[in-house]
Amino acid sequence: MLRPGPYFNEGRSKQRPYGRSMLLPFFYTLRAFKIPVGINEWLTLMETIAQDLNDFSLDKFYYLARAILVKSEALFDAYDEAFLVCFKGREGDFKAKDELLKWLDKMVEGKRPAMPNIPPLTLDELRKNFLERMRQQMEEHHGGSHWIGTGGTSPFGHSGTHPSGIRLGGPGGGRMAVKVAEERRFANYRHDRTLDVRQFKVALKRLKKLEREGPTDFLSIEKSVEKTAKNAGEIELVFEADKKNQTELLLLMDVGGSMDPYIQLMEALFSAAHASKHFKAFHHFYFHNCIYGKVFTNIHRNESVPTNDLFKKFRKSFRLIIVGDACMNPYELFSPGGSIDYWENNPSAGLEWLIKLKTHFSHSIWLNPEPKAYWDHVTIKSVSKVFPMYPLTLDGLSEATDDLRREKVQTAPSSL
Amino acid sequence: MKYKGTKDYIASQDLTDVVNVSLAIGRPLLIKGEPGTGKTVLASSVAQAIGRPLLTWNVKSTTKAQEGLYNYDTVQRLNDSRFGEGNVRDIKRYIKLGKMGEAFTSSEPVVLLIDEVDKADLEFPNDLLTELDEMRFSIPETGEEIKARHCPLVVITSNSEKELPDAFLRRCVFYYIEFPDIEMMKQIVKVHFPDIEKTLLENALRRFYQIRAQTHLRKPPSTSELIDWLHALMAMGVGAQDLLKDIPLLGCLIKKDEDMKIRV
Repeated sequence: MLRPGPYFNEGRSKQRPYGRSMLLPFFYTLRAFKIPVGINEWLTLMETIAQDLNDFSLDKFYYLARAILVKSEALFDAYDEAFLVCFKGREGDFKAKDELLKWLDKMVEGKRPAMPNIPPLTLDELRKNFLERMRQQMEEHHGGSHWIGTGGTSPFGHSGTHPSGIRLGGPGGGRMAVKVAEERRFANYRHDRTLDVRQFKVALKRLKKLEREGPTDFLSIEKSVEKTAKNAGEIELVFEADKKNQTELLLLMDVGGSMDPYIQLMEALFSAAHASKHFKAFHHFYFHNCIYGKVFTNIHRNESVPTNDLFKKFRKSFRLIIVGDACMNPYELFSPGGSIDYWENNPSAGLEWLIKLKTHFSHSIWLNPEPKAYWDHVTIKSVSKVFPMYPLTLDGLSEATDDLRREKVQTAPSSL
Repeated sequence: MKYKGTKDYIASQDLTDVVNVSLAIGRPLLIKGEPGTGKTVLASSVAQAIGRPLLTWNVKSTTKAQEGLYNYDTVQRLNDSRFGEGNVRDIKRYIKLGKMGEAFTSSEPVVLLIDEVDKADLEFPNDLLTELDEMRFSIPETGEEIKARHCPLVVITSNSEKELPDAFLRRCVFYYIEFPDIEMMKQIVKVHFPDIEKTLLENALRRFYQIRAQTHLRKPPSTSELIDWLHALMAMGVGAQDLLKDIPLLGCLIKKDEDMKIRV
């Protein structure tokens, strides 16, 4: 049972006579679905409803609440889920005439009267009276003590006051909204699931690190003014270099057979990194399952460079991203000569090469397209002890880029 | 005055609702969506429909929040003081209001479009929080306080190049313009080409959505490209039947070499 917060205490509730009993659980459900809804946004929504901008059918409520409470299309799917939890099955409870629903949709403004002394009705009496009044009533009615409508003390309708009664319409309407929510059209926008090139690019942009470099051809107004002032008004122009991104990126990708299902994902990441013009340098190589004495310059793995060259060619400030499932036969990782390609003839075990890479580069991470649930595999576990491992999702990449940005002191990999 | 869409801009019901909410509660309206779904055009449509002038502040990667409020032209003042032109003691002469400043001081309520807010620095939206909240700012150089005479409707568009800060998002009403479905697209096309031949439109749209369905496209064509393409098709006299065999004038839709290879 959810307990109402302080906002909905006695004093305030008298001023806000609308169906909060259904709304407040919605608020907590949204939060339970990890949508960061704040009290302020919630109050804004309440005020908006109170302004009667919206006739408060569930359909309108769906869009209105989404516009005010949810600020990213990535969260729309979670919103749909929360909405279904709260409103599905409750929207069609009562099949009244459409007109009736329309009248009831109108909200009552103003103060709710103090609870009048009306004898409660039994359910049967209530039902009987209701049907009778449905037959008699020919028009819209709000307030008053008899007819079906909003407000007042009639037992029928909503926003009214009656010790017992049938609630009609209001937040109960809106079959459409539930249908829209059920379509889950925004499932593809979730950050924790799907990705496209542009989303990857956005994530990679976080690696930006601006520093001044290049020709000093940029007129700095502030410095010029300052210099000129110091110069007693004799104008002196100060030029400086433009800001440029200093991030250098090295991408190593596993193109082994077990990676085939993730080829689209890898391609997207690669295109994003490649198309991001803001890296000072970007290099990429391929490997099969694990890294040994050489890495490949093409996807067919018939041209290669010695892995030792990487250490010579790329300074330790390069950010290293390795993409692979890290899922292999244990000897591929742990034994000398364990490479899956038998002509590879690796005298050092794959793991040693990985540690060498980790030690050379100050910032390195491993992106794994396998779902996190499978990371229990022995080789995945060992690799993740060398490199911080993140899932190859947008959220994972964002975390990974945060890791790569962090200023850090070089630490040796933890004992294996 | 409520917004209901305009003749040349088809807005869905939920979009007009959201615009009206933003108008009524005086919160900025943040519009996101794929490029070419009409985010920027929405602002001018709203302005036109509710009869308010539109002020556009185009944000670039170098734009600072301050520029939208006012500019203090120190260089001009320095120049004037050196070469003795005008009254340099009057700092007001060198203060020029930015778009937001203009929107605040306007004698009638306006629509202020802050276009492509995500292009600027990450801190840019945060620097505008108080101004958007309280609808006022002060100019320390002159001690002047600029307070909005009428609350402008602020429309902010974003291509989500960068994430926007939470504090900023909390203050906005948010709407995501989805890519129009085929029925909606027909209406949109008819606004541009009222006399388009029915089968041509049908076939062209089928082709268009076929291309968009290809997930590998580096840059999927958007509404504006479709409009250009239809325009070109009609100008070149391409018939509805030609579209069944082939996709003529593909260059109007596809803008990247890699994508050209992918054929339907």
